Amino acid sequence: MTQTSYIALTYWDLAMAASLILINGGLSIAFRLGIERTLFIAAVRMAVQLMAVGFVLKFIFTQTSALWTLGLGLCMVLFAAREAMARQTRRYKGWWAYGLGTGTLLFVGLLAILFGVGVIIGPSPWYTPRFVLPILGMVLGNTLNGISLGLETLTTSALRERAAIEARIALGATRFVAMSTTTRQALKTGMMPIVNSMAATGIVALPGMMTGQILAGIDPVEATKYQVLITFLIAGGTALGVFLAVIGGARLLTDERHRLRLDRLEKADQ
Amino acid sequence: MLRIDALEVFGLEPVSFEVSRGECIAVQGPSGSGKTVLLRALADLDPAKGQIFLNGTDRNSISGPDWRKQVRYAAAEPGWWGETPREHFAADGELDIPLESLGLNTEQLDQSISRLSTGERQRIALVRAVIDEPEILLLDEPTGALDAKATAQAERLIKRHLKTGHAVILVSHDPEQVKRLADRKLAIRSGRARMGRV
Repeated sequence: MTQTSYIALTYWDLAMAASLILINGGLSIAFRLGIERTLFIAAVRMAVQLMAVGFVLKFIFTQTSALWTLGLGLCMVLFAAREAMARQTRRYKGWWAYGLGTGTLLFVGLLAILFGVGVIIGPSPWYTPRFVLPILGMVLGNTLNGISLGLETLTTSALRERAAIEARIALGATRFVAMSTTTRQALKTGMMPIVNSMAATGIVALPGMMTGQILAGIDPVEATKYQVLITFLIAGGTALGVFLAVIGGARLLTDERHRLRLDRLEKADQ
Repeated sequence: MLRIDALEVFGLEPVSFEVSRGECIAVQGPSGSGKTVLLRALADLDPAKGQIFLNGTDRNSISGPDWRKQVRYAAAEPGWWGETPREHFAADGELDIPLESLGLNTEQLDQSISRLSTGERQRIALVRAVIDEPEILLLDEPTGALDAKATAQAERLIKRHLKTGHAVILVSHDPEQVKRLADRKLAIRSGRARMGRV
């Protein structure tokens, strides 16, 4: 197996690629779509954000400090939790709006790092940022997607199915039995994207991380092994995250007297 | 049997009254006066301060589900979680209540709920509420969607429940029905609940 050397890109290369966005802008003007301004801002944001992250990661990679790595990891968890909650049409009142997502993502992120990086990959030291941060990012990104879908399904179907849930409660069912249909639906919806993406991986799409490693000159079989590991970590993390968030969310929608408490939700300002 | 002591329900002054075994109390008042919230509070479906005792047992000393097995609320618009009525009954066997007496038949138990009429759904919901004989039945306009014949059939079922030593608290907008079923009347007006004769 030959290993090709990595080809570094110049800023001129990026500028050439950026010229493609002019086509999109031109189409928007030609067809009067009115999205050229939004498109331009989005393209600039993407480039600036990624470059900034590149410099931050470069700095942290040179430090190899547990404090810096965990500090950035915590920031990623907080941003992911904020994003998960921002996508809800109905949110929990009070600090639970963020507490539920933050707690779940923190737990899943820690577990993915300890198990995936600490136990399976085993770099030395275990907190080597080159391993910890990209893997944490991939797990968090997918888990937040699952959590936000799961919680959105839970809250909207609890509101829609209120009469059915309360009928069960009125007949003496516990909150877990009364919410079981809604909870199952939310768990299924939350896990569906990762199940679908696992099934399509390798046939419909080559995952970004594997492609990146191949471009960097890594043996495709080695790159595949990493991808399989990451996919399992993502699948496990998402399943656990969705489970914790949905069960926690269902608990928050009911109280210790097994009553349905939809008054604990508020409409998000969107 | 059921003693309500200074129950604080949203929009109402504290409510206190007692219900005896075999007694039917009708709750009357204009729409939005708080009849449904009172019944929901009695079934512990919404948080409410104050005390409720069933045969001397404080509501707070037993779990919510155990309380609601004894103090049962049946909503004006019943909720359904399964495809067919049969899925809403605990046992798969024969029901103790003959459905024919309510103008229903057993085949309807296996029909899709969406294909049943509003009146049929309301009668099945009534059967579902009384089937395991709760001590107190809280009925929120149980015959609102029924014609005269079906109303009479539903009332027979309510009377049967009363005769077996249970109690009923009933919200009804029909003064004739109140006369036929109730022993006393709890009138809610301007946020105050007053017990009186029918």
